[in-house]
Amino acid sequence: MNLNQIMTDLSYFIPEMMLTGILLLVILFDLFQKADTSIRSGYVALGGLILVTIALLGQDVSTSVGIFSNMLAVDPFGNFLKILVTVGTILVMWMSFNSNELKNRRVGEYYTLLLTLVLGMYFLVSATHLLSIYISLEMVSIMSYLLSGYLKEQMRSNEASIKYVVFGAFSSGILLYGFSLLYGLTGSADIFEIQAALSAGTVSPALMMIILVMILVGFGYKIAAVPFHFWTPDVYEGAPAPITAFLSVAPKAAGFAIIIRFFNVALSSAGNPNMEAWAALSNMDWQAVMGILAILSMTVGNVIALQQSNIKRMLAYSSIAHAGYMLLGVVVADQTGIAAVLYYAAVYMLMNLGAFFVAIHIKNEFDTEEIEDYKALGYKAPVLGVIMAIFMFSLTGLPPTGGFVAKFYIFRALIEYGDMYFWLAMIGLINGVVSLYYYMRVVKAMYFGKIELPDTVHHAPVNITILLSVLAIPLLFAWMLGDPLSTFAQNAVQFFIK
Amino acid sequence: MENHLLSIVTFLPVFGAVIIALIPKEKLDIIRWGAAAITGLQLILAIWILYIFDFSSSEVQLQEHFAWIPAFNIEYFMGIDGLSAPMILLTALLSFLAVFTSWNIEKAQKGYFALFLLLDAGMMGVFSSLDFFLFYIFWEVMLLPMYFLIGIWGGPQREYAAIKFFLYTLFGSVLLLLGMLALYFISEPHTFNMLILAEHSSQFGNALLLGMNAGKVIFILLFIGFAIKVPIFPFHTWLPLAHVEAPTAISVILAGVLLKMGTYGFLRISFPVLKDATLWFALPLAILGLINVIYGAMAALAQRDLKKMVAYSSVSHMGFVLLGMAALTPAGMNGAVFQMFNHGTISAMLFMLVGVVYDRAHHRDIEGFGGIAKVVPIYAGVTAMAFFAGLGLPGFSGFISEALCFIGAFPVFTWITIFATVGIVLNAAYFLWAYQRIFMGELNSKYENLEEINNRELFALIPLAVITFFLGVYPTPMLNLMSSTLNHLVEAVKTAGMVAGL
Repeated sequence: MNLNQIMTDLSYFIPEMMLTGILLLVILFDLFQKADTSIRSGYVALGGLILVTIALLGQDVSTSVGIFSNMLAVDPFGNFLKILVTVGTILVMWMSFNSNELKNRRVGEYYTLLLTLVLGMYFLVSATHLLSIYISLEMVSIMSYLLSGYLKEQMRSNEASIKYVVFGAFSSGILLYGFSLLYGLTGSADIFEIQAALSAGTVSPALMMIILVMILVGFGYKIAAVPFHFWTPDVYEGAPAPITAFLSVAPKAAGFAIIIRFFNVALSSAGNPNMEAWAALSNMDWQAVMGILAILSMTVGNVIALQQSNIKRMLAYSSIAHAGYMLLGVVVADQTGIAAVLYYAAVYMLMNLGAFFVAIHIKNEFDTEEIEDYKALGYKAPVLGVIMAIFMFSLTGLPPTGGFVAKFYIFRALIEYGDMYFWLAMIGLINGVVSLYYYMRVVKAMYFGKIELPDTVHHAPVNITILLSVLAIPLLFAWMLGDPLSTFAQNAVQFFIK
Repeated sequence: MENHLLSIVTFLPVFGAVIIALIPKEKLDIIRWGAAAITGLQLILAIWILYIFDFSSSEVQLQEHFAWIPAFNIEYFMGIDGLSAPMILLTALLSFLAVFTSWNIEKAQKGYFALFLLLDAGMMGVFSSLDFFLFYIFWEVMLLPMYFLIGIWGGPQREYAAIKFFLYTLFGSVLLLLGMLALYFISEPHTFNMLILAEHSSQFGNALLLGMNAGKVIFILLFIGFAIKVPIFPFHTWLPLAHVEAPTAISVILAGVLLKMGTYGFLRISFPVLKDATLWFALPLAILGLINVIYGAMAALAQRDLKKMVAYSSVSHMGFVLLGMAALTPAGMNGAVFQMFNHGTISAMLFMLVGVVYDRAHHRDIEGFGGIAKVVPIYAGVTAMAFFAGLGLPGFSGFISEALCFIGAFPVFTWITIFATVGIVLNAAYFLWAYQRIFMGELNSKYENLEEINNRELFALIPLAVITFFLGVYPTPMLNLMSSTLNHLVEAVKTAGMVAGL
């Protein structure tokens, strides 16, 4: 690898380099800020991320390439997810400025850590080598541990962080073990070469199954799929609320990205990664394993969410269920299936961030996280109530919201694939009915029951109303406009193949 | 000729809802009259649609096409034929009258009328869309306003009733969605267009789904989805609760329009698209119809709550519809759709009348009245008429449609039809017995000063009474409207059965 090659590779690496520069700038900038002005570091970070988004949108990914000796890939798939997580982070930062939990606190590091996490996700969504996969996964995880424990003096936040660390360390240990076995058996850590070795058929299927289960433990924990979900509710409840919102969408999307890339590249038959996703594993029913994970995630997530009274915990369990829906798309693993997952991830980001943001605002204003206490909110704060109702309907997947369109794409992909997934689709849809009950509990609390019309109406600050509308309005019109996002997602299903 | 009448009729209430949302909530009269004006205009448009509708043709008319999501071949496709035209009229009529029934809503009137108009739009959309995807969207969009209308403005158990209604119907909807997607992927080329799906009907009988005949599997999926709406025993348990807890106007809409969507769905989608499976399922459908007739009537007989009795009478009356359409004869089919329309008008009257007495007495216990005919003669008279119409007395429209159902079903399902006639006797029994207990006998001294029915309430009732009476004496216009479409449908299903050797 010569210098010229490195220079060429670096030209594909501009957004990442920009992000690193901004990261360093924020650290330096923060040195000159007092505690009460440290929020300015956040503004710098936000501005920087907007620039990076522009760079990502402008990046030419028409020819996919592998850079740094195929450590990373630059392709439409990675680009889509980078944009997705960056936009998510921008929204979370916006909300963080309004969070009471973070008021009167030095927040310079908070934004630095968040930026580092974004960088980790950029690597994760484009990693094509076992080492880069592992390092970026750790980068994302460690930043997540730190951020969930950011409220140092709060017991719950500490508990969240410690639980997260213990679970995370355990599962990444297993992941690493699986990786090392895979490396030992195939003689390479490059996922393209692993694919070649696997297609040659020299690895015993039984051993391969064990390896894949180990790898799935590591990835499954990142996306909080059942049975690797045990950390989720406590972490989501204890972490600062904006971080909870963030964890439920961005690292999850990145986790799905690596699952899709790893399984579609490493395990596909040569040359056609999209149609024959599971071909290298023809003698084991790998789809069934994924399908069972999906069913478990949906069902367990939904059933436990039924019993939650705290809104953050309820959303935590519901996010497990949503991971299950997205896994259904992964099961299909063809063009339509993956496009559906990407679309779902984007819509899910809008609606889940929205629901969390309303919860944060309610916590700020009325100091409660109990669903019961949302009583008459629809009358006390009409705008907030309507917006929250939109998020709840969308999370349930009712037309005409974006949540319906996203689910429609997933189930469409399942049924198109054929007979064997019809049951999966049916279980998934019935799970949607179950989820209606707990999402509607929020709506019920806001609108039903004895109404005592309040004297004064609460109006959320303008910037929060704008933020929430930015999230809610696309959800309402997702079905109408011939769907630019869906075209975008469809075009994004192109991986770099060596 | 392409015009946009159907779109206008469908989206006019949405426009109205937006307008109402912008009116300050203190201007109560403007809100109410605004809602009345919008639905009134809609009714005029609906009548105009019938005026330009060509009765003699079985073709779909007033078609509107617009490529909506070309990638999936989803169209914005509206159109009506003899099956949907009566339903459009019924929806417009009941929506307009229900606004007047809603006059005394006590809280948050602005929200109420806005949601009511959205509900209206959803119903119109269901009856005028001919693309399955579009149909499904309207079908679901209806649920949201209904959930709020029951849950906020309903009776004491409203919250439970609202969520039960929502869960039940959503469960049905997801099976509908599954069936819809299965149809889409089996049809070649993939389409949601109901007319094309119907043309390709034989594809579904020959394909396999889950290792079974695709047509039958899909039929069952759609059946459950529609059966919950009708509701067909044993999927009916949401109905008494929702009808009883809903405010009067919403009960009127529920019984008058929403229940028809289930049977409309059968006739619009299941029957024409899955012709082989329809023949295969005709007998079970007739048996379920019989169960509905008998079970609904027995349950009505046992009620002390007047509104619950009327609710169960709906279950019974919808049984006649099922029986008539399962027979797959021209008389049965025409009787079934005519009965859908008649039940819409009659049950609307019944619920309005229950609402009238409930507003005054604040209870609905049949045993709790007695002899009030002396105090409120006009009310007693109108109720008598509505009850007679409900029990199917000759001279009222219900008689004609029930008779047609029986005539159509008798040659095909002789014994089932004979048993179903018992339902008529039971129907008469609970209506007459209830009438006797409420209006006849000793006057209950509590109600010596019961207020007489007022002009606004009469205004909502009289058009329905006139229609019921007119169609009972002279049903020809309505039968002409629908017969060419329905006869064509019966023929198509029969021919497909002949081809398949059934």
